[in-house]
Amino acid sequence: MHTVVLTKGVPDFREGQVSFDEDGHLERGKTPTVMNPNDKHALRAAFQTKVRNGGHVSLMSMGPPGYKEVLQEGMRDVYADDLYLLSDREMGAADTWATAMTVATGLQKLDDRPDLVFAGFKTADGETGHTGPQTCWCLDWPVITHVISLDVDEEERTVRAKRLVEGDISEIETVEAPMPAFIVADPEYEPSYRKANHRLKHKDLREETKERAAEYEDHVTVWDHEDLNLDPDYIGLDGSPTIVSGVDPIPKAPSERDATMVDADDSEGMEQVVDELAPYATGD
Amino acid sequence: MTDHEHYEAVVVGAGPGGAAAAATLAKHDVETLVLERGVDAGSKNVSGGLIYAEESAPYTIDDLFPGFREQAAERPVTDYYIHNVAGEKVKTFDITDLHEHDTEWSDAVLRRKMDSWLADRVHEKTRETGGGLLTEVHVNGLLRENGEIVGVTCDELDPIRADLIVAADGVNSELARDAGLMSWEEPDEWFQGVKAVVDVPDVDERFDLGPDEGAAHLFSGDLFEGVRGGGFVYTNEDTLSVGTVFHLDSLVAEEAEPHELLDSLLTHPLLDDWIGEDYEELEYSAKLVPDSKKVAHESPHKDRLVLVGDAGGQMQAQGPIIKGMNHAVTAGALAAEAYVEARSRGDTDLAGERYATKLDREGVMDKLRPTRYELASAVGENDLATSIADGVLRSAVGRFGVRVLGDRLENLYSSPFLSMLAPDTRTPYVTMPTVIAEELGTRVTAERTIETPDLADRIGDLTYNTDVGNPHIELLDNSAEASGAAVSACPVSAKDFGGGCYREETVKTNGDEKTAVSLDTQPCVECGTCAIVADTDWEHPQGGKGVEFREG
Repeated sequence: MHTVVLTKGVPDFREGQVSFDEDGHLERGKTPTVMNPNDKHALRAAFQTKVRNGGHVSLMSMGPPGYKEVLQEGMRDVYADDLYLLSDREMGAADTWATAMTVATGLQKLDDRPDLVFAGFKTADGETGHTGPQTCWCLDWPVITHVISLDVDEEERTVRAKRLVEGDISEIETVEAPMPAFIVADPEYEPSYRKANHRLKHKDLREETKERAAEYEDHVTVWDHEDLNLDPDYIGLDGSPTIVSGVDPIPKAPSERDATMVDADDSEGMEQVVDELAPYATGD
Repeated sequence: MTDHEHYEAVVVGAGPGGAAAAATLAKHDVETLVLERGVDAGSKNVSGGLIYAEESAPYTIDDLFPGFREQAAERPVTDYYIHNVAGEKVKTFDITDLHEHDTEWSDAVLRRKMDSWLADRVHEKTRETGGGLLTEVHVNGLLRENGEIVGVTCDELDPIRADLIVAADGVNSELARDAGLMSWEEPDEWFQGVKAVVDVPDVDERFDLGPDEGAAHLFSGDLFEGVRGGGFVYTNEDTLSVGTVFHLDSLVAEEAEPHELLDSLLTHPLLDDWIGEDYEELEYSAKLVPDSKKVAHESPHKDRLVLVGDAGGQMQAQGPIIKGMNHAVTAGALAAEAYVEARSRGDTDLAGERYATKLDREGVMDKLRPTRYELASAVGENDLATSIADGVLRSAVGRFGVRVLGDRLENLYSSPFLSMLAPDTRTPYVTMPTVIAEELGTRVTAERTIETPDLADRIGDLTYNTDVGNPHIELLDNSAEASGAAVSACPVSAKDFGGGCYREETVKTNGDEKTAVSLDTQPCVECGTCAIVADTDWEHPQGGKGVEFREG
């Protein structure tokens, strides 16, 4: 079994990490880059196949050299046997289509042909949700999206998944596909380990991957467009049909309200607060 | 036979008893799986804080885990005192001799650090056998086939079969209860302990200790509103464990609030010098303690199941002698040894019986259920005997006797023989120490009074992973008669406190007013008190859920 997980580095949008300028533009220089949070669900799903069925988990991304650390994050926090970074200037400023072309070529270059490729549900910055399915289209494999649980039958070469119909938690269907297949893990994906043996293996592999992540550079393979035999006209900015005509900042919500600060120890002040709130409590 | 996962041995609970069993099994190449419900071993464990290595014991924790004392323990106990208290008057006896009787060494411990250290080693040892240690797995019952116990069931895992099941799942053992070996009915069979771990600068200086020295102080007398029990202060490396332990029936009878009794100890002038100006409490915790004299199971096994440590009631508390973890270690190792021997004879079903025989033969049962106590209790543990003894002590004659004996009382207190005889009545816990302090004590005063946190703050400082929508305790009868005792006795509830587990409510029906009890398990510290004093369906939370002790 060889599973590959696709990931992207995105700005860390968590409070305290992300930085915007006065006009509301993201300050990339001041905001750290992290592994797209949704991709961790995909990596956890891939890790589950490793724990249950054995094999090999690769983590792949396309981006600048700094994305090696994004790959390291996945290796450290979840799991990876090895890391692949598709990186050179020609690949820069790609839209989802050019990215899918590049990534699909990367997947096809792997000596050990993947049985399953996983992607997360949307990236935190672009939020298009296109790259995964487009990559799959390039590979001409079956795709199962919104996957919340997964079972692999290696003998039958099939994968059976539970998925949210239309991404809705209230409707779940079970589908089966031949391998190789492309899986988009939903954020609701919950790895399930009901066997002690699986949990013990999980624990062993987590220890291993943490050790590996400390020396992650030894496990990264970097491919540029020449390694992938890709024509620069079909990748990066030149290969991107998307035209961004302009970006409008989203106006800030009005937040100026009159506020009176009351100290919790100020009993008189607190009484006033109670009096102010009292009418609402009765539903008036 | 159903297609269940199988391990040769399953050990439930990664405390010292479970760790000792697992390490011994692994040493003999028994495929051993250890299941612990906390996020980390020790995160569910609380103890007063002293672990012993007895000279007479066949196994000690540092035999099984070399490096234990250096890496997992706090300070050794080199000084041991008991303080008899009557108001501000205190008479202190040095009972180091009693402490050292049959003691190879004794160390103060904090359970999170200790148990997680043990667990790392247990995992390493058991992994080599094909098993290993898993945390966040709550074993909720026994797997039976044709009425016979053959394994365990869990919240998080499919059922597991095993040839040996070691229930080392603590004082509230769900396995011991499921097997019908232990019950949670009688408050007089249990103690309840509450503890504060207090951050103290310069323990060495305040207790006049060298780097490899530590002190243990016990307290009895009139500082606990007449509730039968006592207090303790143990020195850790940089903190103190300050706690109180009371007979649960006495707590219930007096409607005492455990956290207030702890405060009575913390605010006694004697502690003022030790704790210093700024009182900083790191953790408030509580646990039930089985009274081995009454509940230690004499034949703690059934089918493939053996009970080890608190799960089997193996906690010795006789007067100033309080020993639990050492007995759990011995029992765990003996249970493992029994299984290995039975296996080599080709009949693993004999393991339980052999284990019970070993507990007897190695003298463990006699320590847990001393015959001397059974004789003494038959004579001394009734109301008449207690009131006579108390009356005599309080009379001029008794007081004269105490004065005449004077410091010779210290020798009597230090007698291992007499401590086994002490009945569980008000006399040795309250009356005697009070009279001693009144007659012989000196006045202790403090410049200031320590301000302890209130219950809301204590709960607020604890870490919880709340099992929202899935409470682990269900109140079966909410009448004040059936469950009202929990409002005071629960260490995280109190009368007139709305933020605890148990609350009193006035319910009006058809013009009638009655008091009812309501339960919110969110602040629960999983001590099990309410399982005994209230009418509940009590289970532990799922793996990794509930309170997480950081000190323990």
